[in-house]
Amino acid sequence: MANNHAHARTHAPAPLGGSLLTPFTLLLGVLSAIAGFILVYRFFYGLGAVTNLNDGYPWGIWIAYDVVVGSAFACGGYVMALLVYIFNKGQYHPLVRPALLASLFGYTLAGVSVIFDLGRWWNFWHIFWPGYAQVNSVMFEVAVCISAYIVVMWIEFSPAFLEKLGMKDVKRKLNKLLFFFIALGVLLPSMHQSSLGSLLVIFGQQIHPLWQSGALLPLIYLMTAILLGFAVVILEATLSSTGFGRPLETKVLTPLSKIMLGLLAAYLALRILDLLWRGALGTAFAFTLEAGMFWIEMAAFVVPLALLAPASARRSASKLFAAAVMLLAGGMLLRINGFLVGYQTGDGWHYFPSFAELMVTVGIIAFEILAYIVIVRKFPVLPAAQPATR
Amino acid sequence: MSETYIEETAEAADKVAGRLGINRREFLQFCAATATTLGLPTGAEAAIAKAVEKAQRPSVIWLHFQECTGCSESLLRAEHPTLEKLILDVISLDYHETLMAAAGHQAEAARKAAMKAHKGKYILVVEGAIPVKDNGIYCKIGGHKAIDMLKECAADAAAVIAIGSCASWGGMPSTDPNPTGASSVGDVLGKPVVTIPGCPPNPYNFLATVVHFLTFGSLPAVDQLGRPKFAYGRIIHEHCERRAHFDAGRFAMEFGDEGHRKGYCLYKLGCKGPETYANCSTIGFGDAGESNWPVGCGHPCIGCTEKGVGFTKPIHQTAVLRGMMPPASYPRIVEEQGKASFAAAAALAAIAGAAAGGAAMLAKNLGKHDAEQQPQQKGE
Repeated sequence: MANNHAHARTHAPAPLGGSLLTPFTLLLGVLSAIAGFILVYRFFYGLGAVTNLNDGYPWGIWIAYDVVVGSAFACGGYVMALLVYIFNKGQYHPLVRPALLASLFGYTLAGVSVIFDLGRWWNFWHIFWPGYAQVNSVMFEVAVCISAYIVVMWIEFSPAFLEKLGMKDVKRKLNKLLFFFIALGVLLPSMHQSSLGSLLVIFGQQIHPLWQSGALLPLIYLMTAILLGFAVVILEATLSSTGFGRPLETKVLTPLSKIMLGLLAAYLALRILDLLWRGALGTAFAFTLEAGMFWIEMAAFVVPLALLAPASARRSASKLFAAAVMLLAGGMLLRINGFLVGYQTGDGWHYFPSFAELMVTVGIIAFEILAYIVIVRKFPVLPAAQPATR
Repeated sequence: MSETYIEETAEAADKVAGRLGINRREFLQFCAATATTLGLPTGAEAAIAKAVEKAQRPSVIWLHFQECTGCSESLLRAEHPTLEKLILDVISLDYHETLMAAAGHQAEAARKAAMKAHKGKYILVVEGAIPVKDNGIYCKIGGHKAIDMLKECAADAAAVIAIGSCASWGGMPSTDPNPTGASSVGDVLGKPVVTIPGCPPNPYNFLATVVHFLTFGSLPAVDQLGRPKFAYGRIIHEHCERRAHFDAGRFAMEFGDEGHRKGYCLYKLGCKGPETYANCSTIGFGDAGESNWPVGCGHPCIGCTEKGVGFTKPIHQTAVLRGMMPPASYPRIVEEQGKASFAAAAALAAIAGAAAGGAAMLAKNLGKHDAEQQPQQKGE
């Protein structure tokens, strides 16, 4: 391990350089622009003009995907900070800054997406205002906690900007305080990622028994958020290595995947025991959409467990990547199933996102990737490394 | 029917009426009503009258745990024919915390004495749920925990009857998160008992069960949940006076609207009649006429007798229809709402396909890279 560490990265982060204008960034730009256009339309003509939201489904993919899944996909920064600064695993340090950057955009856009979904969006500040806020609500906890975490993450990430701008004095002073923000940066996601699960607790009967785990929901959402954090670090490290023609970071990712494997086994045990304990597993054998979605979700968790079980598989970049992608799909399905597929507010109500809604979500993802590419090319995020030798 | 039989019945009725200080007609009406409630054939009212006249007066021990005493109250407030007089005449109520004159140690002594004197012959009636969490410390009477008291009294009882939803399946105290671990009598004793669920249950259902025991020496036939079939064999919706409105698609859409004032079906206001087993729609409450029950008064049924419905589902959430749908030619109860477009479905499928395809291609390329790395790693 020590050898690995020395071998891996002693280089400080440095801007990647290179051209910003490629066919890929152009495509991302076009997708972002389409989303921007739809959103302008939405703010002028209202939600009904753009979305398929209705009285039975007052929220759709802009909340279920952009906020709930989006913020869980953005847990890379949280998980890396947890490993490096709390469990003192210094060998993962090179992964912190890129993971934090991905989280920064994921969370910021998740926070902004809430405003897109608010009918009377100009009142969004009410939730922060003491006279208006309903302090006993789970939604309040989620809103305040996510907002605070976004601010904390920008502060955590600011050394990258300060280095670029040459503000060494400010950076030195900030470094003395940074431990406080890092601690907050671990505490806050633990709070709101579990609270996103608590949101479903209060829906009670309206959530299908396969996803209504009651008091265990916060734990289930927190465990999968951490799992998704690991998976997204593997995905992001692999994509930036292949995309920017840099050497693969498999040697750092292998021990990471071992932790992920343990957590995945624990999560699956908890999930299945909970279903058995509540007597809900029977509903999975009915011929329904919910049951079908449940099995796809479970497969997306079980296959990576089998895939990564042999030690040799965890050293294979392709298997690590495949497992990470499947876990991301599983974590996404758990949330989509809980918040939309298994959510029934009354007979006769249906929801399927409109084309415009989908394009906004696609545009937001495109914008995240675009912003990531721009930042890593212009600011010191990725560790300086020799060009790929393969 | 022979003349002597009628005379005997009349004689029995006279005796009971004299004993209770009520008139004979009222008593015979009661016998007939009970026989009807039980679904018994003509002539049964005579058997009932005779059984009541003989009045073996079985000893009854009535326990109260986590409840509101509403079950006892509904029994005492029944009006015709002075039901409380009858019930106190046909049974010997040896222990009932609300009604007995004794207090303190005297009360407990009465219970012990009754249990000893009528060992194996007394009827145990339980009202209220039993807390089992933390060793059952959340309900104590005379220093004894509810769970201990129930087990002690049930051991030598001839029959155990759970009255009210709390005793039958946990009822309101067992609502999530159920902080005291409120459990039903059946769960605590680990065996099925006769249950008369309801909040409160109709007093006639309880009385008819007791009278059945007196008349035939056995408890009435029950379903798998221990509910007497004569009272809980059918869904409320089946015999609801507003059923015709349901079938015709005429619904009250909100309280006070035209449909509500005209007495239309309350299904869309959340009536749980279609998933609740009870005879409320046929016998009514409080002896004040058939319109006197929740739906008759214009409020949707909350499903108080049914586990998993009453105190669990939101009151105004629409009920699950159990095996009954109006004919297809009638207006639909539920209008399908919300829209989906083919373009959006196609776009989502394309995105999912592209993501899966991209991931698969990348994994394949990485696989080639792994293959190249493998010999190197072995060499290291």
